[in-house]
Amino acid sequence: MKIGYYPGCTSQGTSREFEKSSRLVLDILGVELVEVPEWICCGASPGHQHSKLLSASLNVYNLARASELGLPVMTTCAMCYHRLAYVNDLRHSEPELYAQAERAAEVTYDGGARVMHLLELLAELGPEKLREPLQKPLDGLKAACYYGCLLTRPPRFATAGGDAEEPRAMDEVLAAVGAEPVEWTHRTECCGASFTFSREDVVERLSGKVLEAARYAGADCVVVSCPMCQLNLDIHQRGASRALELEKRLKMPVVFLTELLGLAYGIKSKELELNRHFTSTRELVKRLG
Amino acid sequence: MAKRIGVFVCHCGKNIGDTVDCAAVAEALRKVPGVVHSIDYRFVCSAPGQQLIAEAVAEHDLDGVVVGACSPHMHERTFRSTVEDAGLNPYMLEVANIREHCSWVHHDRDLATLKAVELVRMMVEKTLRNRPLERIRVPMTKRALVIGGGIAGIQAALDIAAADREVILLERSPSIGGHMSQLSETFPTLDCSQCILTPRMVEVAKHPRITLLTWSELEKLEGYIGNFTTTIRKRTRYVDAEKCTGCGLCQEKCPGRMPNPFEAGLGDLDGPWKSVGDVVRGAHTKAINVPFPQAVPSTPVLHPEYCLKFQKGTCGVCAKVCPTDAIDYEQQDELLEFEVGAVVVATGYDLYSIGRQPEDSPYEGYGEYGYGADPDIIDSLQFERLVSSSGPTNGILKRPSDDREPRTVAFLQCIGSRCPEKGLEYCSKICCMYTAKHTMLYKHAVHDGRAVVFYMDVRAGGKRYDEFHRRAVEQDDALYLRGRVSRIYRRDDKLILQGADTLSGERLEVPVDLVVTATAMLPQADSRELAQTLGVSYDRYGFYVEAHPKLRPVETNTAGIHLAGACQGPMDIPEAVAQGSAAAAKALALFAFDELEREPVVASINEVSCIGCWDCLNACPYEAITRKDLHDRRGELLSRVAEVNPGLCQGCGLCSAVCRSNSAQLAGFNDLQLHAELQAL
Repeated sequence: MKIGYYPGCTSQGTSREFEKSSRLVLDILGVELVEVPEWICCGASPGHQHSKLLSASLNVYNLARASELGLPVMTTCAMCYHRLAYVNDLRHSEPELYAQAERAAEVTYDGGARVMHLLELLAELGPEKLREPLQKPLDGLKAACYYGCLLTRPPRFATAGGDAEEPRAMDEVLAAVGAEPVEWTHRTECCGASFTFSREDVVERLSGKVLEAARYAGADCVVVSCPMCQLNLDIHQRGASRALELEKRLKMPVVFLTELLGLAYGIKSKELELNRHFTSTRELVKRLG
Repeated sequence: MAKRIGVFVCHCGKNIGDTVDCAAVAEALRKVPGVVHSIDYRFVCSAPGQQLIAEAVAEHDLDGVVVGACSPHMHERTFRSTVEDAGLNPYMLEVANIREHCSWVHHDRDLATLKAVELVRMMVEKTLRNRPLERIRVPMTKRALVIGGGIAGIQAALDIAAADREVILLERSPSIGGHMSQLSETFPTLDCSQCILTPRMVEVAKHPRITLLTWSELEKLEGYIGNFTTTIRKRTRYVDAEKCTGCGLCQEKCPGRMPNPFEAGLGDLDGPWKSVGDVVRGAHTKAINVPFPQAVPSTPVLHPEYCLKFQKGTCGVCAKVCPTDAIDYEQQDELLEFEVGAVVVATGYDLYSIGRQPEDSPYEGYGEYGYGADPDIIDSLQFERLVSSSGPTNGILKRPSDDREPRTVAFLQCIGSRCPEKGLEYCSKICCMYTAKHTMLYKHAVHDGRAVVFYMDVRAGGKRYDEFHRRAVEQDDALYLRGRVSRIYRRDDKLILQGADTLSGERLEVPVDLVVTATAMLPQADSRELAQTLGVSYDRYGFYVEAHPKLRPVETNTAGIHLAGACQGPMDIPEAVAQGSAAAAKALALFAFDELEREPVVASINEVSCIGCWDCLNACPYEAITRKDLHDRRGELLSRVAEVNPGLCQGCGLCSAVCRSNSAQLAGFNDLQLHAELQAL
């Protein structure tokens, strides 16, 4: 099975391990990635805050190029996914802006490229297919699946997580490989990503609440499919514990969905670069490895 | 045919006069052949204006009159009675609409004047071809059908019966009383709902002029105003109502259990049979039951889906213990037929649910509240039952999950209502008041408890309503927070509400023991199906549509069918009662006469030219057209043609539009008249 692939910038930098584990896992599952020719920045965060037209133009260009492949286009980054899916929606919701963006990007794009997030791709493969290469089932691993905002909001076009308020797509993928996803309360609460640089105190409080809720629910780890979620939840644990005045300091591994899949498929943790996370994943790896 | 037409051009003050040069219109019309008199006047609808018409009819020997004025919806009736008094046939008068269709929608005075001339001239051409029409008289059956036995239907039935007319009161649940019988207390007086309602219910049961049919459904309604035939399915109770004394022994001894629908779903909270606590257990009843002690009638209903006799072929206790042998496992549904002259629809409301909605639903559930799966998130009707002295806990307030007394209760207003995102845009109108009431009832039950209300606006318009709301705040210490709750989740034995206080601008996290959602009022889930059975119109939500939102609030567009209560939109008890009385007055006005006069604007078929293609029959939305056999003198079939029942015909003209042989013609709007109008352009 072939699928178009839009890597985006985080896959080359902060969340290199997400892309790496995704590639390894998809390879095992027999999915071949065809990179979008000459893809450019999706204009996330600064781009769309600055100008809607800029954000739209960049992604009209990306999708125009992606549609040359004649394949659905998949990305691992939740922000890229959001921006690309937004443009497909824009065609109907704001046709004028869309036409303007086509002119600015000097392309025509008919909306024909389906945009999907990695999570959707895995969910669509289905539990049977996900179980096939299983070597080390994640027996009994209590995973708190955290969806954040980009995979679920707005429900009009960001549907990768499933139900906007009670998403379960990751839970189902993990359950297929033997984990025990926990029922918990903060799946879609804000992690504060937009304030990463400007208001660290806000991020610490918000991320802290998410992590604390996961710990309360008895989770061994928080599982994410978004580089922003991962980074925020991962690096702020000390500050968050202080901000929320928690008696017991947070030490919650925050891992990517594909890293757990990788472990279940027998890939070495080193290869998956699980050691790149800020909060130690050592115990987790020891238990599953 | 008319030969001498009089034209009257109305200024309607500035409404027409500002944009249309009325004098010029009158002047122009004078030159039209057939017009013998043409004048303009400031207000033709005024008494002197009408006098002008009457005098002109006599003076100029007019045989037709055209008034250029407002829409015929407004004053056609006025002017027709004017010319009738002056000795003309009322259908020799026509109104040309030069206000809504001209002056109100144009700015250019010259062009608008020109258009007004054209419009009036078209009507002159039509009127020249008008023929006198006679009003149709139909007999009147002086018996009413009231659909729905809630407070609106009860009021309508009692008022009609009080005028000594027969009433069939139809109710589909086992008892009359409706939602009002489920309520604990009522605003703004805090009097016990059942105490004020049950005397009315008893009155209904005892009234010699009221035939009460409960546990019954409307199957069919055919016919037209004054002459409806209705078929009603009287569902089997498996109990002979003649023999039953309502002693309650069957219910006492019955081993089968079921959630009591009267307890508003509290019995379903933890799955029908996992009745863990007092609340859920108390909301269950027996498989043969009377839903509540004061039910009218007191005859129980056996529910076979929960009955051991029907499910397993065992038991049969109820039959054994019944002292009058009233239990009859073989009893079947009955179909009853009644002739009625008028109908009152009072089917009431249902509540929107925050749960997951079915695929085809136009509404969204509240995923942010976990779709209400937590048993301590209840709706307002359930809260009414929890604090009602006849409720599952006999009025001792306990929360469903663990039977503990809730120390803090959050009341969330506008759940579903005023929320386009969930698919409902309207205000449910009564929630602000009953929420205020709920906070009081709560405070009266738990003196040191805390009631927190999340609201968008407090809408307490009504007699002594705002005072009542203030009392909740000032005397009973309800904490009103202006803002919405964005998420509810459980932490230990508390429900955590995340929200905002938009007045202080603060984010809130409030732990509470019980959440009461003031969910939107919806029409009954099957309101559309009933509307189609009755032939009345409904809006996008399924509420029935009144004939005019201000001036005909309890009539429908189908003559003889009236509306009362919350089936036409959210309303409280006093309003529903007022509407019940209003609908009764409308029915009684019909019953005041032995015959009914109807507008003669109905279709007829030229039997000579009709080719029997049945296009008209298929097009007719009122089923007014039937097939008719034509025989010669020896009784041989000559042909089959269409025939119009003038009682059913509403004069819409569809048959006339589809008829390929021009055989279907609408009186007052025949082809000749319409062509003449067009040619005048």
